[in-house]
Amino acid sequence: MSSVATETAVTIRIDGQEVAVPEGATILDACDAAGVETPTICYGPTLTPVNVCRVCVVELDGSRALVPSCSRPAEEGMVVHTDSERVRHSRKMVLEFLATGVDVSQADELGQWAEHYGADPDRYVPGGQTMDEPVRVQDNLYIRDYDKCVLCYRCVEACGDDAQHTYAISVAGRGFGARISTEFDVTLPDSACVYCGNCVAVCPTNALQFKTEFDLRQADDWRPEDQTVTQTVCSYCGVGCNLELHVQDNQIVKCTSPDDHDVTSGNLCIKGRFGWNYV
Amino acid sequence: MPPRLRGHPLADLHFGDDQPTEAEQAAIDAIVPPADAATVVETERIVRGGRSRRHGLRHLLLPVLHSLQHEIGWISPGGLNGAAERLGVPPAEAYGVATFYELLRTTDPGHRDDVVHLCVDPACAMAGNNDLRTSLEAEGARVHDSPCLGQCERAPALFVQGVGRPDRVPSDDEEDFHLPQAGDPSLRVLRRVGEVDPTSLDSYRDHGGYEALAAAIEMGSDAVIADISDSGLSGRGGAAFPTGIKWRAVADEPGPDKHVVANCDESEPGTFKDRIVCEHDPFAVIESMTIAGLATGSPHGWIYIRGEYPRATARLESAIAQARAAGLLGDDVAGSGQRFDIEVRRGAGAYICGEETALFNSIEGFRGEPRNKPPFPTTHGLFSQPTAINNPETLINVLDIVIEGPDAYRSVGTERSPGTRLFCLSGRIGVPGLYEVPFGTTLGELLDLAGGPTGELGSVLLGGAAGVFVGPDALDMPLTLEDTREAGATLGSGVVTVFDDTVDMEAVVVRIAEFFRDESCGQCVPCRVGTQRQHEVLVELQASGRPLAPERSELIDDMALAMVDASICGLGHTAASAVRSALALGLIGNSS
Repeated sequence: MSSVATETAVTIRIDGQEVAVPEGATILDACDAAGVETPTICYGPTLTPVNVCRVCVVELDGSRALVPSCSRPAEEGMVVHTDSERVRHSRKMVLEFLATGVDVSQADELGQWAEHYGADPDRYVPGGQTMDEPVRVQDNLYIRDYDKCVLCYRCVEACGDDAQHTYAISVAGRGFGARISTEFDVTLPDSACVYCGNCVAVCPTNALQFKTEFDLRQADDWRPEDQTVTQTVCSYCGVGCNLELHVQDNQIVKCTSPDDHDVTSGNLCIKGRFGWNYV
Repeated sequence: MPPRLRGHPLADLHFGDDQPTEAEQAAIDAIVPPADAATVVETERIVRGGRSRRHGLRHLLLPVLHSLQHEIGWISPGGLNGAAERLGVPPAEAYGVATFYELLRTTDPGHRDDVVHLCVDPACAMAGNNDLRTSLEAEGARVHDSPCLGQCERAPALFVQGVGRPDRVPSDDEEDFHLPQAGDPSLRVLRRVGEVDPTSLDSYRDHGGYEALAAAIEMGSDAVIADISDSGLSGRGGAAFPTGIKWRAVADEPGPDKHVVANCDESEPGTFKDRIVCEHDPFAVIESMTIAGLATGSPHGWIYIRGEYPRATARLESAIAQARAAGLLGDDVAGSGQRFDIEVRRGAGAYICGEETALFNSIEGFRGEPRNKPPFPTTHGLFSQPTAINNPETLINVLDIVIEGPDAYRSVGTERSPGTRLFCLSGRIGVPGLYEVPFGTTLGELLDLAGGPTGELGSVLLGGAAGVFVGPDALDMPLTLEDTREAGATLGSGVVTVFDDTVDMEAVVVRIAEFFRDESCGQCVPCRVGTQRQHEVLVELQASGRPLAPERSELIDDMALAMVDASICGLGHTAASAVRSALALGLIGNSS
């Protein structure tokens, strides 16, 4: 990633265009630098790439299979194709596959890419297996709707090594039966969860939602178009975390922090994330 | 392993209220005594320190879970908490690991009876596993359907998972082992199998054992690796990577934190060669691993073996103990001045753990999910350290190469596929069993050697579920890496499952698709969803009794291409291989 940039530059060719990136940059970084838009799901700018969703794959000359651009370091002389038939096919299939088993209705970016690549989730065998999970509402702070979960591992990474070091959740089970879970699926209050909400912040499909958002959606009253975002600094301690207060009808409905903020990298604690009822 | 530091129990993990019972605590203590519990030292920052200590003991997680499963019959919340706390592993992560494996239960079975695993894969289905299930259930046994148990030559196969009693394979007790090619002077890898006493180091020495290690020490690392490279030996697990290049790469890595791993986790349906080799010639596995350790400068050896192979595990462990007592393992291997020793780790029912990087994660105490490559194991293998990983057949080839030299080794086989190859024959074949023939032997010659097909030959599955079906017109195909590749086939792990024209091939192919669905680790989207949807299409086809519709054929091809192109590992890359070859050959999809 560009944050570990050194003086050394690596030049690679993307769709015929030469791009120079710092050593250590990924192919995805190079695509960004070249102005080539790349779909991503499991990739997050603040997280270590786990390269599991495979939607960012590109064709690399000399490589038999496609390679995940999010995690593959750019190497001098690489020749990369981001819009070949093979790339378009695999990206389409990943988006199609996800839409056959998961409720992606609140994953806007996914929907746009699915349309772009012509994904057709309706061509599969009727009645196929889906996630089929009840919404877990276990407290007043956030809910888990695993029908919407694409198993991108971002929440697990944010809860673990990449941000919080709490390790309240993991992937459990195997294959199509794999789910994000606490130990024995105990409720969040019984788990190690400290309610920092950093998992909610990184979820790309709205499987993890603020309870306020969930309740408004249930009431069919979630109106992002009517919301304003107010930047402020958290008042609880002296760290200086930036807060973005999302306000609808003069009520705070959720709270985020910018990924590129040098104090938070998008992360907050329970007080900053959820402790705004007093406002 | 990092040095153990004295200090406080980990403070940064949260454990629920469930406590282990006395029996569960004893099962945990048996693997990790209380004195060895994970701790952090006082000056360490708790969070970072906790995490690094966790990695220090975490490789004992799977052994502890095995112990709980074995003593109690399942992993209870209290047992899991006890194990997680002792090792300093977050309970959610320990649960993620426990739920990954078929042989570990995380729901209360409500009994302490043994579980009888019955193989449902093709060779056992042809051998009447359904009748066996009926009779077992009539006797009151707890029968659990299982993927291939690696006993296809004596199908239908059973594995009895004991609760409080040792695991056992009923056929082991009844068997009077006899290699079909016994006494054949052309045998190389199998030369000692059935001849040597697998429980005795002396007997192994009487059969030429440990002459290769002495020769290797005399030659020195560079000469050994040069000979392996010149011999043209390539991996026998399926990928056929040149062994010499692998060893050279590890030898060239600096430092002593390097590993040699024997991958005895063969789980490809139809494969049983590693089981037979480990059961009947375990010292050869140990000796060849030792040569690998010395040649690559890796002091740490690991054997990762299927949990369903209790006899092979016991014989390897006994062989290790005898070798250690004789100074052939340990701080100064056979007077070489070099250290090499071996730990054994048991798998717990997961085909994917035969994939090398999934195997590393499994040993390390993480979910058996494959890693993206590059980086490759030769630089980032077990514990992210340089690792040479080979399967037993590959390793045993090293013994002859070291003693005879590469030219003699190349005198059999073909230019591009030198040496011999083990083949696991099962199904509708006269004498099922393990065979060794020079590369270049035709498929027809191999079948003849095994007594020929019983009945009218319908098709042959080469390479197992991850392989391809070929028809009777392939009998003249020489079994080499180059010829099978050219024919769009594969040798894979040496599986040759024979079907006659009476077998319901639709049922066979649906089962293969089900196998991949069950065994996908679930990490990457193309494989997790692709294997599920592929199975659904084939079930629909089977139920319809009609030919495969063009749009379904297109869907199968579309899914296959995405799995081949975009999956993380070989499981996804090959999950559609057998299915598509069955369609191409017209074995399925034609009903009218």
